[in-house]
Amino acid sequence: MAAREVARTPENKVYSKPRLLTDAVMHFCPGCSHGTIHKLIAEVIDEMGMEHEAIGISPVGCGVLAYDYIDIDWVEAAHGRAAAVGTAIKRLNPSKLVFTYQGDGDLAAIGTGETIHACNRGENITIIYINNAIYGMTGGQMAPTTLLGQRTATTPQGRDAAQHGYPFKVGDMLAQLDGVCYVTRQSVHTPASVRRAKKALRKAFENSMQQKGLSFVEFVSTCSSGWKMTPVEANRWLAEHMLPVYPLGDIKG
Amino acid sequence: MEEIRLMKGNEVIAEAAVRCGCDGYFGYPITPQSEILETLTMMRPWETTGMVVVQAESEVAAINMAYGGASCGKRVMVSSSSPGISLMCEGLSYLAGAELPCLVVNVSRGGPGLGTIQPSQADYFQAVKGGGHGDYHLIVLAPGSVQEMYDFVSWGFDLAFRYRNPVMILSDGVIGQMMEKVVLSAPKPRWSDEQIAEMWGSWAVTGKPASRTRNIVTSVELDPLRQERFNHKLTDKYRTICEREARCEMVGCDDADYVIVAYGSSARISQKVVELAAEDGLKVGLLRPITLYPFPEREIERLSHRVKGFLSVEMSMGQMIEDVKLASRCRVPVYHFGRTGGVIHTPTEVYEALKSNFLQK
Repeated sequence: MAAREVARTPENKVYSKPRLLTDAVMHFCPGCSHGTIHKLIAEVIDEMGMEHEAIGISPVGCGVLAYDYIDIDWVEAAHGRAAAVGTAIKRLNPSKLVFTYQGDGDLAAIGTGETIHACNRGENITIIYINNAIYGMTGGQMAPTTLLGQRTATTPQGRDAAQHGYPFKVGDMLAQLDGVCYVTRQSVHTPASVRRAKKALRKAFENSMQQKGLSFVEFVSTCSSGWKMTPVEANRWLAEHMLPVYPLGDIKG
Repeated sequence: MEEIRLMKGNEVIAEAAVRCGCDGYFGYPITPQSEILETLTMMRPWETTGMVVVQAESEVAAINMAYGGASCGKRVMVSSSSPGISLMCEGLSYLAGAELPCLVVNVSRGGPGLGTIQPSQADYFQAVKGGGHGDYHLIVLAPGSVQEMYDFVSWGFDLAFRYRNPVMILSDGVIGQMMEKVVLSAPKPRWSDEQIAEMWGSWAVTGKPASRTRNIVTSVELDPLRQERFNHKLTDKYRTICEREARCEMVGCDDADYVIVAYGSSARISQKVVELAAEDGLKVGLLRPITLYPFPEREIERLSHRVKGFLSVEMSMGQMIEDVKLASRCRVPVYHFGRTGGVIHTPTEVYEALKSNFLQK
């Protein structure tokens, strides 16, 4: 049977790249969650009509170049300090949509203080937190979120609680703070989880615009390079090993 | 309208910030400068000018809040004292690297370490040579009176925005804590969002309007050749600053045999030394650097051709003396005198040091 020609029309178009994602070639490794999360952020900002109001704060880590990929105004913060930077941007520009984008090294190690206090003050910003249980950019060292027994460049025999402590459940801790209105843990390892994550992100951004306090959206994520796995193996490992420690769903709000 | 009041140096910093249209202050309590944050919270400027005042959880957070505010083209200020400024040095390097305007006040105290809470001038190297990492400079202003504490806030903001560079007011516990008469200028309004977009729209992060492409405030560069090019651009800027902005005050230097170089409270003390020397028939002048970076090199170089020596008077073990030696090309002897660790020298001590160095050798 001859191949049937299908005319591309607006009526039969089912998917396109989000308008606010730039054409820059992403530096992320195959199988990394960052690209999907970037896409969700671009979609939600566009759907909310906030393109001209959004200010993102990128971290130190693999997310540092977020400003190359999402076509809004950006500030690149020092390592761990994004929540402090975001505090001032939102206080000085209360009508803007201000969000930080931070990994687990940036937020849960060096930036713990800034994160906790921005949350405790109830700053009207959204923190997007990428938890992939490892330092990606520096080459796969242990993060505070690394699972017990997980092998990394600095835990070659596996993380040992006696020496390194325990996987840091940041969201559960922050949910205790009165300034925080919404804490949710999401993932993007299946199509269904991507859809749920997008809804959570929209809810967080709406909270920020309605001055409800701080919203915290954690993404349990893959780092196929750091984990030394194929993309498919990484998604499977996330489901089997990450989710029992970091279960998905709303923690508060 | 203009107003005359008797005020503390630290209080005046707060008053000046509100009156010159500052948008945001971020601070953390530390002696001897806590009155700046306390005065601002007494003044409640958020109810009048709309200025934001935040007590941060640390100096690290405070300087990064300033980084955020500065990214938006807002006039932002932080203040601290020596150990707190050390914590801010990372942020200062990022501000310089991202070419952001910001005003930093250091009411310095004795060190190193936690040191003392008494006045000191031992943060000179940190202020003028770096403190943070990388090829950068702060513009450093050294007030010598409460009036200058007031005036330098507005001047500091002007310089910060003209050159898109952090500016430090390097004061000390004497100037911060003492009370003097001060003339307060008429309040200026804060910039509107429209003014910021018009003046700083080429770089400030305000939410990307349809009329321009996105603005990105960053100090990261993946390509070393581009970083090198940027560092050359920064250095060109610093060269321009050195050519145009160096300021100093000279007292009795025209026919002086010996010149004391001193800034801030040490200059105030040294004024008395000039008088004591004159009573003894000695020709001693005072050169007071008003800007420490840029350093008033030309004036010192010029004097070095005909004076018999310089005495660098600083409340430190001798830091500015290196710049005096460089500026004078070591043509004549350059000595240092100063008490340190929070001890303030007396005019008599300085005068004795001058005589023992230059007249009894």
